[in-house]
Amino acid sequence: MFGPTLDRLAAPKFFYPFAGRLLPWLGTLAAALLLLGAGWGLALAPADYQQGDSYRIMFIHVPAAWLSMLTYMVMAGGAFVFLVWRMKLADMLAKCCAPLGAAFTALTLITGSLWGKPMWGTWWAWDARLTSELVLLFLYLGLIALRGAIDEPQRAGRATALLALVGVVNIPIIHFSVEWWNTLHQPASLTRMDGPAIHPAMLTPLLLMIAGFTVYFAAVLLQRLRCEILERERDARWLVELDAP
Amino acid sequence: MLELRDLAAVRSNTLLFRRLGLLLHAGEALRVAGPNGAGKTTLLRVICGLTEPARGEVRWDGTPIRELGDDYRARLAFLGHQEGHFGDLSAAENLRLAGAPVTGSVVDEVLRRVGLSALADQPARFLSQGQRRRLGLARLLLRVAPLWILDEPLTGLDRQGVELTAHLLAGHLADGGLAVLTTHQDLPGLDGVLRHLDLGA
Amino acid sequence: MLGQVFRRELLLAWRRPGDTLLPLTFFVIVGSLFPLGVGAEPQLLRSIGPGAVWIAAVLATLLGLPRLFAADQHSGALEQLLLSPAPLAALVAVKVLAQWLTGGLPLALAAPLLALGFGLDFADLGVLLAGLLLGTPLLNLLGAISAALTLGLRGGGALLGLLVLPLYVPVLIFGSGAVQAAALGFGAGANLSLLAAMLVLALVFAPWATAAALRISLD
Repeated sequence: MFGPTLDRLAAPKFFYPFAGRLLPWLGTLAAALLLLGAGWGLALAPADYQQGDSYRIMFIHVPAAWLSMLTYMVMAGGAFVFLVWRMKLADMLAKCCAPLGAAFTALTLITGSLWGKPMWGTWWAWDARLTSELVLLFLYLGLIALRGAIDEPQRAGRATALLALVGVVNIPIIHFSVEWWNTLHQPASLTRMDGPAIHPAMLTPLLLMIAGFTVYFAAVLLQRLRCEILERERDARWLVELDAP
Repeated sequence: MLELRDLAAVRSNTLLFRRLGLLLHAGEALRVAGPNGAGKTTLLRVICGLTEPARGEVRWDGTPIRELGDDYRARLAFLGHQEGHFGDLSAAENLRLAGAPVTGSVVDEVLRRVGLSALADQPARFLSQGQRRRLGLARLLLRVAPLWILDEPLTGLDRQGVELTAHLLAGHLADGGLAVLTTHQDLPGLDGVLRHLDLGA
Repeated sequence: MLGQVFRRELLLAWRRPGDTLLPLTFFVIVGSLFPLGVGAEPQLLRSIGPGAVWIAAVLATLLGLPRLFAADQHSGALEQLLLSPAPLAALVAVKVLAQWLTGGLPLALAAPLLALGFGLDFADLGVLLAGLLLGTPLLNLLGAISAALTLGLRGGGALLGLLVLPLYVPVLIFGSGAVQAAALGFGAGANLSLLAAMLVLALVFAPWATAAALRISLD
């Protein structure tokens, strides 16, 4: 129902070599974008008039935050497709996304903490974005824990998919409530983590880094998917037995 | 009429059975046999609609049970390994609050038929396994369901209990009901009537 | 059918008063840990009071969540529930309602007493009660999803908590925020309305999600 091309692609047997052909291109592109963006951002862009050079961690922090959210959306998409259309590749996609998303979220939190220390003098501030990211990390950990706790593969895939969808519905609510909570407790004059407006000279390297992170995510995801396909093929001998004469 | 079409089931990456096809009419009973782990309970659960088959479908009167949903469940009564009694409620209360509202006299009658009248007010957790089985049979009688699905119904029953089960089953089939059951033991008086399915042959 | 299930759940809870009293006692104990942990300075207690009572309520609810489905799963009653002709989401809603009446509601009613220990004044107690009356059903509804997903798994209560606590964050924020806003003179209307809106959404979606989770767990 997605059209014959997509249907064909979704079969692991065809997806594996397809992903394999894409990987070197994605990897090279990611490396190029990241090197360019990092070099530009870390060395060439001007120092911020307020924060000096310490703001440069933003070039990692902001893309990581963006990816932590994007990964969840991709995962939720996979979860939905798996629950509705029983496409196994979608379940594999969701499974591979969870640890990646957790890693990006952790990176966001760590870089956020590093950024906050020179700004606020503490290693952690209950800033709205950092707190939201922290709850997002718990959501990811919950997904990983649930999948790990269920032995029966059928149940594991479907339970995790349902949890991912419940999470995706709640993320806007959680985000809104944390923003609400933040305005209730923090004076409005406190500088937000992004700073007021981003100077155009900083914008281009930032966009390069975001693009680079995204392509990197796609590459790592494809690589993990290929590993997952191999693992499942090894365990799914019953698929062959099912159609044997 | 119950139909199994090209049914296959997988559990823990193991293929349990495949290409199962069968038609069961009113008044017929199917006895599923096979060694432990062959998938007998899984098959019963697939027929109930609790477990999804890896392939194929179950049909009731021509319609897939997935489409029938609640309508199918209204027509079936399942008795599993664990009977599903509430230990803190008495036998009578378990029946009175089992599903559709029933009068006290109907409950008393059913308890009498299964031989549990004396234990009507005992909390179910104090009943022996055989007595709990009889209570399960009582619940079957209360449900006016054409399809009975019984997983090892004779476990823990004494000879009287076995005869009672066979008698009730025969009555159910005579009324036009259907039954699918697994059991290691023989059902007196019914061996000629039962159809057989051997899993793991 | 639904009426039968409801009566049965209430009767079972009546026969096991511990199921109600234990979380209630736990609630009071956890609440009492706060002054012991942070010191009994009245100003401090008044400021952490709403949050502390809400956190204690959340934890006490968590304690009671497994009993929604666990016992029924062991006895086989849960399978019977899944095989009944009534819509599963409706049956779940009835079970959650019964659990709230015998778990969450007593908690909400006991909360003002605990809150007195933190030195909150009467007007704020009213807001606390209102918030908990809206929030405890929310906690039960969301918790049911997690309880259904983690049925029979090792890791038990901790896994259930890990899954559901992120979902509880907004409830905690609005519930506690309502009392804090009222204490500052801003009025609790906004926070309570948000809680009410969440409750309506949960009433519509949570039983359905829980039913789906039950079917997945009992596959």
